[in-house]
Amino acid sequence: MERMLERSMPQQVRNENYLVIAHIYTATAAIALGAVFGVFQGFSRAGALNAPVWFDYYRILTMHGVLMALVFTTFFITGLSLFVTYRSIPRPRKLALAWFGWWLMLAGTAMAAVTIVMGDATVLYTFYAPLKASPWFYVGATLLVLGTWVVAFEIFENVYFFRKANSGKAVPLVVYCSAATFVMWIVATLGVVAEMGLLIPWAFGWTPGINVMLTRMFFWYFGHPLVYFWIMGAYIIWYNIIPTRYGGNVFSDGLVRLTFIMLILLSTPVGIHHQFMEPGISPMWKMLHTITTYGVAIPSFITAFAIFASFELYAIKQGRRGFIGTVKALPWNDPTFSGAALGMLLFILGGFGGLVNASYSMDTVVHNTIWIVGHFHVTVGGPVALTFLGAAYWLIPRLTGRALWKPDWALFQTRLWFFGMLIMSISMHYAGLLGAPRRTANVDYLGAAAAQTWQPYMLLAAVGGLFLFLSIAIFVAVAVGTLVQNQKTEPFAADFATPASAADTTPPLLQHLFRWGVVALGLAVLAYAGPLGELLRHPGYLAPGMRTW
Amino acid sequence: MHVHKYERWWLTFGVAMLIVFLGVIVFAAIADNINPPTGMTQIDPTKVAQTPPFDKPGLRKLPDGSYEAYYVAQVFSFAPASVTIPIGSKVTFFVTSPDVVHGFFIPDTDINMMAVPGWVNTDSHTFTRAGEYLLICHEYCGIGHQNMFAKIEVR
Ligand code: HEM
Ligand SMILES: [Cu+2]
Ligand SMILES: [Cu+2]
Repeated sequence: MERMLERSMPQQVRNENYLVIAHIYTATAAIALGAVFGVFQGFSRAGALNAPVWFDYYRILTMHGVLMALVFTTFFITGLSLFVTYRSIPRPRKLALAWFGWWLMLAGTAMAAVTIVMGDATVLYTFYAPLKASPWFYVGATLLVLGTWVVAFEIFENVYFFRKANSGKAVPLVVYCSAATFVMWIVATLGVVAEMGLLIPWAFGWTPGINVMLTRMFFWYFGHPLVYFWIMGAYIIWYNIIPTRYGGNVFSDGLVRLTFIMLILLSTPVGIHHQFMEPGISPMWKMLHTITTYGVAIPSFITAFAIFASFELYAIKQGRRGFIGTVKALPWNDPTFSGAALGMLLFILGGFGGLVNASYSMDTVVHNTIWIVGHFHVTVGGPVALTFLGAAYWLIPRLTGRALWKPDWALFQTRLWFFGMLIMSISMHYAGLLGAPRRTANVDYLGAAAAQTWQPYMLLAAVGGLFLFLSIAIFVAVAVGTLVQNQKTEPFAADFATPASAADTTPPLLQHLFRWGVVALGLAVLAYAGPLGELLRHPGYLAPGMRTW
Repeated sequence: MHVHKYERWWLTFGVAMLIVFLGVIVFAAIADNINPPTGMTQIDPTKVAQTPPFDKPGLRKLPDGSYEAYYVAQVFSFAPASVTIPIGSKVTFFVTSPDVVHGFFIPDTDINMMAVPGWVNTDSHTFTRAGEYLLICHEYCGIGHQNMFAKIEVR
């Protein structure tokens, strides 16, 4: 281990970096394994794989969903947030608590993973009751969440320290963004912890049955902000790190803070848009959550504007004009920039699709078809994952003090991912419109005509998935190669973007994240009081649950 | 905090678009009654087989010429497994599940709903095109999920 990090690195920085490396490389392992499963799924669904008898599509899909959606994203965001906090607020500090958080996350992940591998938890990453997994699966997932709370506490503690030491001065923007992300996360994860409070006693056999709709409502109270957790992770990078790749600035400090507060407020009171097709929730509540869902698009509008404005301001400084001029001024050959910028392009597709899904009655056309899978691969799999992969090329040299090993491979990797994702996702969207269901092993429905129409697109999707798999293989080579191969040194200080105008002051109202968190919880309670009360007024029939795999 | 002139325009435009989209959805919901399926009736999931009308799943013709179709979605099949419907009929589907959550999806129509234990979900569709339709379970329900489908023949 000692040789891994550059020698001239101060001991404190070195200690902190080991912790961040633990997070980032756990995320790397998760996406690497997840990609192996992903490419299998693709070819298996296309009927192009002569699956051996032991191949269990749903067990692999559970692994893929959990590793990608829950493990890769979470560990990356915790690692990134700790890194930006430590670098922006240097001070002597003990890391025991932060390490405990990582171990808790890892232990939870391992526990859940073992139950999945053993075939005791083939419930997919949404673990919808009354599919009844091993209780240890739920306990593991809960530990993973509790571990993230410890990390959140570590970040909040540093924010608190900074404000005290600087007599209430606003925390650096990048730390603010990370802390805001975790404020949102705490509000959101209350839902899944409440759900676990129902699931765990039931899975252990202490309660006779489970109120299915209640667990679903708790799940989606958490499930939607979960995707905003990922997106906020990407926004941290877009606002604070990407401008440094071309020497640009943050367009407006205040607007960024406002954006993150809007995300804290609006991410949670929207979850019922995942339950449009379900019984037991009145159209009125479904409509209410449609409206709030539209509201949460606004911070993304601000972000789109601010990012492109930052691009253009820089281009103008370089004496370039217009759209083409701006595009030409940008550092497309920088892997970090390339990852984020190509991710943004994918997000345009993702945004359109999202509006369709969120649009109440329109969701009828696409709900639970493979369109949805296409959609979240151009949101979390596109902008989020690709931004994270690009950001890893920025992080790893700063963590190790070593120059990136094979930067040209890294650049190629981001481009390959972009094209692979385009092919896979567009094919999935189209097959979904034709009626192909999601999370379904290969089947031709006894040769039904409808099923024949979508099969060619499933094959195309599998080919896109193969590109993605190769792309991840390159990523792992560069990430691990930098750690063990390269000895060339690089400065390990981190640089974050600063506002374009120093006169740009931040209204004090935007600084109190904790208070905004309380307001967000209030909004969530308001948005859920109606539908939850409605559910609880009905007799809560309990389903005993079963293991159907 | 300063908000740039262009940014104000952009946000006004964005919010206006959102309001227009929302307006269309709300209008369709109120004026044309285009809503997602929402059954508010309950049923004891442990007694589905004894509870009429789900004790005898199948198609019923109503006096006004339309149909009601009662379906039980259970691992890993639908009852009834196949029905025949005269072309041009309006069919109101009712579905529940005695075990885990299932999907109830007929590609090429606007029938798309979840069958949740404890609840009866419902939606209707007028079949104007003849042919064989697939009814698919599109929510993972266990090891045989991909084999869970039924046929609807429209003649
Ligand atoms: C090598 C790259 C990848 C490939 C080839 C791939 C492929 C697939 C395929 C074929 C499915 C299953 C479709 C179905 O049966 O419903 C799937 C599901 C999924 N993928 Fe990926 N994927 C990749 C990367 C990612 C990434 C980076 C993420 C997120 C960070 C992700 C998140 C998911 C999720 C959440 C599901 C849904 C699981 C479920 O419905 O239970 N995937 N993927
Ligand atoms: Cu959502
Ligand atoms: Cu099923």
